[in-house]
Amino acid sequence: MPVELSKMPKIVTRHFGAEEVKKIAEARKQGGYTQLKKAFAMQPQAIVDEVKKSNLRGRGGAGFPTGMKWGFIPKDAKTVYLVINADESEPGTCKDRELIYWDPHLLIEGVIISSYALGCSHAYIYIRGEMIREFAVLQRAVEEAYASGLLGAESPTAKGPFKLDLTVHRGAGAYICGEETSLLNSLEGKRGWPRLKPPFPAVKGLFGQPTIVNNVETICNIPAIIDKGAEWFAGLGTPRSGGTRILCMSGHLNKPGVFELPMGIPLRTVINDICGGVPGGKKVKAVIPGGSSMPPLDASELDIPMEFDALMTDERIKPVEVKPGVKFDMGGGKILRTMAGSGGVIVMDESTDLVAVTWRIMKFYAHESCGQCTPCREGTGWLARITERMARGEGRPGDVELCGTIAHGIAGNTICPLGEAAAWPMLGFLTKFRSEFEAKIKPGLVPEIPAHPITATGIRSPELERRG
Amino acid sequence: MALTFTDEAKRKIATLRSRYPDPQAACLPVLHLAQDEFGYISDEAVGLVADAIGVPHSHVWGVVTFYTMYHQHPTGKHTLMVCTNVSCMLRGGYEVLEAIEKKLGCKRGENSADGEFTIVEEECLAACADAPAMISGERYFLRLTPELAMRALEDIKKMPPDHGHQPPSTIAKARKS
Ligand SMILES: Cc1cc2nc3c(=O)[nH]c(=O)nc-3n(C[C@H](O)[C@H](O)[C@H](O)COP(=O)(O)O)c2cc1C
Ligand code: SF4
Repeated sequence: MPVELSKMPKIVTRHFGAEEVKKIAEARKQGGYTQLKKAFAMQPQAIVDEVKKSNLRGRGGAGFPTGMKWGFIPKDAKTVYLVINADESEPGTCKDRELIYWDPHLLIEGVIISSYALGCSHAYIYIRGEMIREFAVLQRAVEEAYASGLLGAESPTAKGPFKLDLTVHRGAGAYICGEETSLLNSLEGKRGWPRLKPPFPAVKGLFGQPTIVNNVETICNIPAIIDKGAEWFAGLGTPRSGGTRILCMSGHLNKPGVFELPMGIPLRTVINDICGGVPGGKKVKAVIPGGSSMPPLDASELDIPMEFDALMTDERIKPVEVKPGVKFDMGGGKILRTMAGSGGVIVMDESTDLVAVTWRIMKFYAHESCGQCTPCREGTGWLARITERMARGEGRPGDVELCGTIAHGIAGNTICPLGEAAAWPMLGFLTKFRSEFEAKIKPGLVPEIPAHPITATGIRSPELERRG
Repeated sequence: MALTFTDEAKRKIATLRSRYPDPQAACLPVLHLAQDEFGYISDEAVGLVADAIGVPHSHVWGVVTFYTMYHQHPTGKHTLMVCTNVSCMLRGGYEVLEAIEKKLGCKRGENSADGEFTIVEEECLAACADAPAMISGERYFLRLTPELAMRALEDIKKMPPDHGHQPPSTIAKARKS
């Protein structure tokens, strides 16, 4: 049965396409800021409880339950910060930019309600530096909210004193600043180096104070939860994930786009019914389901519901392997299939050179590694260089195994998950499309790692000597 | 001539500083402002920024070199941010970039001889559904082909230049505390 897009519930994208809603007067006419009154009539803790009940899960990548995260703020905290992650730069993801562009006041309303719930008096929105247009739109909206007394002034209706300042902070071009602790360092005016956890930001975050970092889409859902209630929101989704989900559909599709869809809609339905299938009637070869750091799905795995838990656990998805027959262990014997990530779905048709795609992904993570951890800094660079020569058809014997070994060596050995973000797709593509990589090996070339690279006495092997 | 911030810029810096409990946090926004004022971040600009927020020059250097958007050399009037990441690559992003390089006679990372453009090969610009994408200033150029990119270049030439490009009055109200 074909699905009709217009019949699907819309929570955060309902104003997409309506230019006027950027202005506060029109936003208010369309119901903007009406939930403040209702929220302020509630105790802050009641809002946190409501968000918990709604099963809202973070839309930034990890799918962490938002209410639970909010509950980690120590009860005796004096200064609490709310920081909105608008650094959107995971390849394939293009929803936060659209949310800010079309409905900045929805985000601001969400920030005000969330800040009230968390006891935050100064919130920050960290927006990606390249989003020059969206920064202008958001800044204008914030100024309007100040001028209307929604920000920067005591709220007369709130239970207890509540006055919120909101600052939009521009990044300056660094993917890693999307990682929450890197983002906090960047917001403090430093290089965007991720911090070791613990302490987690909820305990010690921005300027050393308890801090909640949430994604733009996550916070845009808050006004609707206040409006229609947690049960309604939870009811829209699957048992453990409430609400809708934005999928950013790109790649080989007839109608690519940003769509707000029911949580758990099967991938095949999205590709065929919503995006009009693949151009030229070609077949799908691979799909990246949640931003380029997620292992790909192959053509036999398209009936999976697009939802956090299913993408991790559905047994129809082949587990990622370190080498043929050896499953990748995420720790504690947990196997890796894939994840819903950031909602960036990239579809690749049968003509796609997946080795070239893998190279482009590795090039990206190598470029974006902040350089703090050796396995990530060196490993991503090696992967980029090896996949580059494979993409040229000049892979050396042993390169396929080498990529697996390096990726395995990165995963789990770094400060932040960027290491995994490179290792997972590398292993995922190797697991599902190994023969494509093997076809890129040119027999006769000298392997990168000779049998005895360096002898125990430190004398270089004859093999290495020959190569200089 | 020694570089200085205009009085207007100094006022903006004061407002920016007031938005954070620690003035160091104004480092990125003040660097953006310096780049808007001076076109790129020179040694001298680094010193000015460092003094404006009261941190060592070395700290500001560390920041400037970490982020890709701070230019350490003069740039063309318009920076062309061309995405070649996966979604764009699948739909011809590299072809677009190469067509632009050919037309302007310079490579990614370089300025065109007439001083009009700087080409930057970008990572994902968060416009994947409309790939291939390019940003210049506040404008997006989407679903590009090499031909459409040539037309985009003509349009961009008519736009006001990037530097000296001022974002809307930077901050609404100073934090009073
Ligand atoms: C390398 C890396 C990049 C990330 N980039 C982003 C990003 O651009 N936007 C985002 O919201 N979250 C990003 N995240 C996830 C954040 O660290 C954080 O989990 C998220 O902002 C929390 O918000 P949520 O709970 O609402 O999802 C990234 C994580 C990693 C490891
Ligand atoms: S894993 Fe990579 S990006 Fe993350 S902290 Fe280490 S070096 Fe930096």
